Amino acid sequence: MNIAYAATHVNPWSAAAMIACVVLCSTAGEVLTAAAMKSLGDLDEIRAHSGLRGAIRAVLTCPLFFAGVSFLALAFFSLLFALNHLNLSLVAPASASLTLVTNAIAGKIFLKENVDRRRWSAAILVCIGVYLLAH
Amino acid sequence: MTHARLLPRQYMILGLVAVSAPLGDSCLSRGMTALPAISLSHPVTLIAAVFTPWIALGIALLIGFFASYLTALSWADLTFVLPATAFGNVIVALLSRFWLHEPISLERWAGIVLITLGVSFVAQGPSLTERPTNGNPAIKALASEPASITEWPEHAATIEEEQPR
Repeated sequence: MNIAYAATHVNPWSAAAMIACVVLCSTAGEVLTAAAMKSLGDLDEIRAHSGLRGAIRAVLTCPLFFAGVSFLALAFFSLLFALNHLNLSLVAPASASLTLVTNAIAGKIFLKENVDRRRWSAAILVCIGVYLLAH
Repeated sequence: MTHARLLPRQYMILGLVAVSAPLGDSCLSRGMTALPAISLSHPVTLIAAVFTPWIALGIALLIGFFASYLTALSWADLTFVLPATAFGNVIVALLSRFWLHEPISLERWAGIVLITLGVSFVAQGPSLTERPTNGNPAIKALASEPASITEWPEHAATIEEEQPR
């Protein structure tokens, strides 16, 4: 069975796998990057003390940052691949909405962020909103 | 400095994150749909796609997005920054309605309302989870130092010498 919203003939399972790949790589990349930035502290403060060069050096010498960027690069190429086979109206809302929810879960588990009721509601509202907006 | 409430400059950075990401994505989409279908057996063609004008412009916008995104993550939680960045979708939809005069369906208006509600929920709360040593290595180093001055070896020796016999 092929799906109508695909630019070329794509099996629904392949479409789901492409979107899952974008979502998982993107979540891993964002969590690792957020962990890296939290370990560095406020970039504005670093820039005030050591200048722009010092701030860039602080970011570029953080191993967690490179792990995060590697996953984000994977997510980017997965997105390009998905856009080449599926319509933007499917890939953009599906990946953006799912990434919001997976990030809220990952933020709570791995970054120990205080994901209270307000943030869960926001994640779900934005998730549905993005889907409606781009569908 | 980390703030539970944001400064105007920090709101500006969040705005930059929100606008540059959807614009960059739109450029990428326009560039990729113009290319012939790319298969996994020829992955090099994906790299070559990076140098086409629309994709290059998209990447430039996404680099601007990434720099502001990193700055935002250094003073706010990931679960705060992400819903805030989704507000960019609303900006693009409103621009397309009032600037390009494109029609917006009822579903899309519902989406705009839901995202705005979600973002306002998050914006009312604190931007950062409070921790005793939130991120700053200098503060972490201070926290790991001995709490009392008598715990410092050199000070302990001086104090011992000054003790009345």
